[in-house]
Amino acid sequence: MPEETPVLAAEDVTKHFDTGRQTVRALENVTLRLYRGRIAALVGESGSGKTTLARLLAQFYPVTSGEIRLRGEVVSGPDKDFYGEVQLVFQDPFASLNSLRKVEHNVRRALKLHGHPADDAAVHELLAKVNLTPAADFARKLPHELSGGQRQRVAIARALAVRPSVLLGDEPISMLDVSIRLDVLNLLARLREEEGLALLYITHDIASARYLSDDIYVMYAGQMVEGGPAESVIQEPKHPYTQLLLDSSPDPERAGGSSAFTATAKLGEPPSLVDPPPGCRFHPRCPFAKEQCKTSFPPRTEFADGSWTNCWLHNES
Amino acid sequence: MILDVKGLNVDYITAKGAVRAVNDVSFQLRRGEILGVAGESGCGKSTLIMALIRLLRPPAAITGGQVWLHPREGEPVDIASRTDRELRRLRWRSMAVVLQSAMDALNPVARLSAQFADVLRAHGYKNTEERTAELLEMVGISPDRARSYPHEMSGGMRQRAMIALALACDPELVVMDEPTTAVDVVMQRQILAQILELRERLGFSVVFVTHDLSLLVELADRIAIMYGGRIVELGEAAEIYRAPKHPYTKGLRDSFPPLHAPVTRLNGIPGTPPDLRNLPTGCAFEPRCPRRFADCTERRPELLAVGDALAACHLHDRERTARA
Repeated sequence: MPEETPVLAAEDVTKHFDTGRQTVRALENVTLRLYRGRIAALVGESGSGKTTLARLLAQFYPVTSGEIRLRGEVVSGPDKDFYGEVQLVFQDPFASLNSLRKVEHNVRRALKLHGHPADDAAVHELLAKVNLTPAADFARKLPHELSGGQRQRVAIARALAVRPSVLLGDEPISMLDVSIRLDVLNLLARLREEEGLALLYITHDIASARYLSDDIYVMYAGQMVEGGPAESVIQEPKHPYTQLLLDSSPDPERAGGSSAFTATAKLGEPPSLVDPPPGCRFHPRCPFAKEQCKTSFPPRTEFADGSWTNCWLHNES
Repeated sequence: MILDVKGLNVDYITAKGAVRAVNDVSFQLRRGEILGVAGESGCGKSTLIMALIRLLRPPAAITGGQVWLHPREGEPVDIASRTDRELRRLRWRSMAVVLQSAMDALNPVARLSAQFADVLRAHGYKNTEERTAELLEMVGISPDRARSYPHEMSGGMRQRAMIALALACDPELVVMDEPTTAVDVVMQRQILAQILELRERLGFSVVFVTHDLSLLVELADRIAIMYGGRIVELGEAAEIYRAPKHPYTKGLRDSFPPLHAPVTRLNGIPGTPPDLRNLPTGCAFEPRCPRRFADCTERRPELLAVGDALAACHLHDRERTARA
């Protein structure tokens, strides 16, 4: 990972949600850094804290402890300057656009609010940037006249309108049709190259994380358990949970008849975050769990290939 | 053979006219086989399987063709032409369904035990408690969970309970509509493993619908690819993945980035899925097809044999005439 200052970073953040009767321990001491021109993928199952982390990075709500830093400076709260740098792309492009207004209005509004020139040329340039051409035609359409993939590209164009340096994508392709998902992924990859954006790609699909990203972070039940260059995490997973995720993901190359599914191990399910297991939260499902795993969360072990994991298996001291 | 579908049409009847969601679909399902049906949203896959078990609701209606079910005992039955009353005899015992959203499919205000007892009693089971325990155990749920309400269970557990419920009366045919779409990958793998193991043990046949072709390649024996309401390719699962005959199948296959194989730039399929109200006269895939030629706009290709598979694509016409 580069030595430069991350554009946006969550440093040792913890988030607990208090519902009055109980506390949901959604995130525990998580660190994630986003760098210029790099895509970081955040993978994990539902409830692992992926979206909570993205929302902390976007200042949707305050951290319980830890810090969110923009270019090294601690961010104290959301303001327009912050959103001039950090933008979000949501999962559902049917809900994230104003459905009563034309595409050009949706995009122009972001330009205006952030004080950029908002003429037709500027709007068309943004639409062309996300491959919505001829831009003049798309500008005059209403969101319902577009397909899911086209709408998601409008949402991306709107995010780009403020000229951000960070784009946070929370499952940006999971609601799109299979055949057009790659289109959006390739667009994100191009924006990384051309605009030097720092990108967070949140997904439950580890194969698409590998396709798109430079680095992959793996979360389990609110804890960050592994991270590193995408290929090391995929080809040589260090944490048993990463291994489980990889083994569980569909992989047609593995199919020999239908034998891949026949090992019916009882793999269990993620724990409740109201009363999570102590130590490493994966220990109740981990085939390698030791006494140590049940009492204390392991420190980070770093490897020569640039990856790291928090797992007692890799920490002999 | 357990199911023989011949020229099935399903229309959605609207004020502006009928929209054909399933168009001239024919296939046969062998005993104990898992047939996967894959395609994008709007391709007609869910409508197709709802038609197979006659659970369509207006405005959808079967407007042509036959669905012959060959039960273990008794004569073949054309499901498409029977009355609901006649079908009741076959439901649960011969055919059952697992739906996508278990939270919606289960009764939220009844304990699991009550929902199982309901089905079992209606089909003449006496000792419903014992059978419920047996069924839950089959899908890896502890029998004492029978007292739980659906909201007390995780999504994965509810989905497995749905599968157990579908198997309550030992059906011969189980249709599954995206049963693992709403659960995480680890749970998905457990559920699929269970389906395979139970199929082995109980011998039922499955029609499994999903948009995830990569998953079907591992699960299904054969796969049907649907596009614009029609089956455009049908063949052995491994063959569909290794040597797709239809450009759409190839495009769909290449829309899934590999998990371990070297990463290359993938492009998906340009354009968007067709509007069923306004299909091209030729091949429905023609506007998006990288290999289209004059014939494709003029005539619609028939689903014909290509090697061991079936494909509806003019690219294979020449081979065919050369052989004839």
